[in-house]
Amino acid sequence: MNLSYTPEEQAFREEVRAFMREKLPADIQAKVRGGKRLQKDDFVRWHKALNEKGWLAVHWPKEYGGTGWGPIQRHIFEEEMTAAGAPSIVPFGLSMVAPVIIKFGTEAQKQYYLPRILNQDDWWCQGYSEPGAGSDLAAVKTRAVREGDHYIVNGQKTWTTLGQYANMIFCLVRTNPDVKKQEGISFLLIDMDTPGVTVRPIITLDGEHEVNEVFFEDVKVPVENLVGEENKGWTCAKYLLTYERTGIAGVGYAKAALRHLKNVASRQLKDGKPLLDDPRFRAQVAQVEIEVMSLEMTNLRVVASVAGGGVPGAESSILKIRGTQVRQAITDLLRRAVGPYAMPFISDVFEAGSDVEPVGPEYAAPLASQYFNRRKLSIYGGSNEIQKNIISKMILGL
Amino acid sequence: MDFNLTDEQRMLQETVSRLVSSEYDIETRHRYAASEEGFSRDVWSQLADLGLFGVPFSEEAGGFGGGGVELMVVMQEFGRGLVVEPFLSTVVLGGGLIEALGNNGQREEYLGQVIEGSLLLAFAHGEPDSRYNLQQVETRAEKNGGGYRLNGRKAVVFNGDSADKLLVSARTSGAARDAEGISVFLVDRTAPGVTVRAYPNIDGTHAAEVYLDNVDVGADALLGEEGNAFPAIAKVARRGIAALCAEAVGAMEQAVEQTLEYLKQRKQFGVPIGIFQALQHQMVDMRIALEEARSMAIMAANADQAESPEEAERIVHAAKVIIGQAGRKVAESAIQLHGGIGMTWELPLPHFAKRLVMIDHVLGDTDYHLERFSELMETPAA
Repeated sequence: MNLSYTPEEQAFREEVRAFMREKLPADIQAKVRGGKRLQKDDFVRWHKALNEKGWLAVHWPKEYGGTGWGPIQRHIFEEEMTAAGAPSIVPFGLSMVAPVIIKFGTEAQKQYYLPRILNQDDWWCQGYSEPGAGSDLAAVKTRAVREGDHYIVNGQKTWTTLGQYANMIFCLVRTNPDVKKQEGISFLLIDMDTPGVTVRPIITLDGEHEVNEVFFEDVKVPVENLVGEENKGWTCAKYLLTYERTGIAGVGYAKAALRHLKNVASRQLKDGKPLLDDPRFRAQVAQVEIEVMSLEMTNLRVVASVAGGGVPGAESSILKIRGTQVRQAITDLLRRAVGPYAMPFISDVFEAGSDVEPVGPEYAAPLASQYFNRRKLSIYGGSNEIQKNIISKMILGL
Repeated sequence: MDFNLTDEQRMLQETVSRLVSSEYDIETRHRYAASEEGFSRDVWSQLADLGLFGVPFSEEAGGFGGGGVELMVVMQEFGRGLVVEPFLSTVVLGGGLIEALGNNGQREEYLGQVIEGSLLLAFAHGEPDSRYNLQQVETRAEKNGGGYRLNGRKAVVFNGDSADKLLVSARTSGAARDAEGISVFLVDRTAPGVTVRAYPNIDGTHAAEVYLDNVDVGADALLGEEGNAFPAIAKVARRGIAALCAEAVGAMEQAVEQTLEYLKQRKQFGVPIGIFQALQHQMVDMRIALEEARSMAIMAANADQAESPEEAERIVHAAKVIIGQAGRKVAESAIQLHGGIGMTWELPLPHFAKRLVMIDHVLGDTDYHLERFSELMETPAA
């Protein structure tokens, strides 16, 4: 047993750190650290910087332009990227649709789509959830009917993250309504500029526009946009959901948020002294730090087992549950750390370069908003209750 | 990064596991626990014959030079069997203190006996008012002729009734909670002035209150330098905590396995109760708690490889916090999921639950370690 990184891994960590220092644009870093809104261009610039280095497609094999990294390198990379205050890599193209195309796609699909993802020519979004298909994903109703060389698609997708930036959407559609629900689903790639596609914003409880509804009305989709076989889309969907998920614990995010919490709590005063010196508050910070330590070690155990050829199965569900719980606990403490100044909510303050003065300390402005936003963590990607069902079935055999 | 056991470690695990599973069923364990000494001399000899008592000691001291991982492997299997033999008291704490503090002569004389299983030790450190504060020692040792005279009372001394020798901490100088001024003496349990009130604990282990009333010992009873024992006490306590974490993981594994098995067998409303989601999710929470506990036990076992002594100390505090929280959760949920039968003496499960909860009362509970971690936590530069 050896809990340290090898000299090669440590050298790699230094290399990633150096890259972050040199190539992460300062304005983007300032936005991430200050809790400001990121625009499409911020993501695109960051993706391009990573792609130039060959570090954008961390999950892809080398032959398609990926890094070919193993799980430990990916883990180090993710940790250093979040520590540096970089935006996360938008996953929809790079780590969702691409692995499905690589695994199930035709040669033509690989040749066409993969370079476009690397070069930022396409922005993908995910067409999975529907108003009637949330945790019960296989209940999708969006209908695709084959007519000659096309499918005609009708229906509605929802919770489409950053769909307002996207020109492509990968969808689970129903191609056969007469069989068991998992057996009549297909995986379809749809150009969002096609007539009949409408994107409508959903404003979330923090007042932000992050997710959307996408409507399809007699949308003509060429049959060559089908990935895998018709009616075998559930296989693609499951592959995507269980695909390499060692990053799911969000250890890097948790550590960055914890550092932020300590900074905020040491600047806030209580009875004239730093809040972080208040034994009661400090013990709560200590508790989450201990939970982060335990999460990190559990994550490393899974990472090491995958590096040794193991398959990350339902352990991902444990990491998802604990990772999201800890991150939510930290945002809860952040909100409480700033006391009454958690309340003022001036949306313009979140805009980088805005001349609107925040009401309290600048770091206080986004904290309540982020707290409410992070409630999503335990809901998306399979709610934590669904994760418990998975553990119950796959690990416990109940 | 490698979480695998070496071949030798795996063999050690199998050796202990075989002994525990073949000769330590719950009824046998109850019998040992209820015996006068609270454990079995036969089992003790068998453990000695297997060479287990040399595991944590350096090769110079006649041990196998085993590190934290070997200790973890042994303690985890002991936890699976709810083993009551005084391994923690004699080998980890007592032997650990002699190795850390003793001079060559003392190490040679006593560690050999510990390793061969012929000497039982108990660490008489805690006092009625000290709770978990390792620095709080009010028992006094005063110079008396060429030796020392000891007076005071030691509380909940594990295996204090069966030990041949007590390792008694006493203050040779300083105030009640000073780190400096604490010394450790080797005292015969039967020495004049030593009174031992033995009693059983609720988890099947044994302990004693030890009264020291003008106990005279020679200068050769002092372990290490006078007044300078605290760093060794803290170090040995950290090892003890790591050992307890591993024991708790073993006991948690049992509680989780037994509860899962029960959910699959017990029928109500015509179906196995494990199909009910309310119970499934509690079972999942128990399983998650076990994995977190295992992660922390691994960290604690490897704490001596940490970047700095401060980090090692933080790791051990953090581990005991998680072990305390996870242990309580697993214990309470295991009883709850069993329902009424979980409340009975007859079932093995509640005995694991009792040990899990009581481990939180040994060498510092969750509150204590959270407070200590909190004090040592890294904070932003002002």
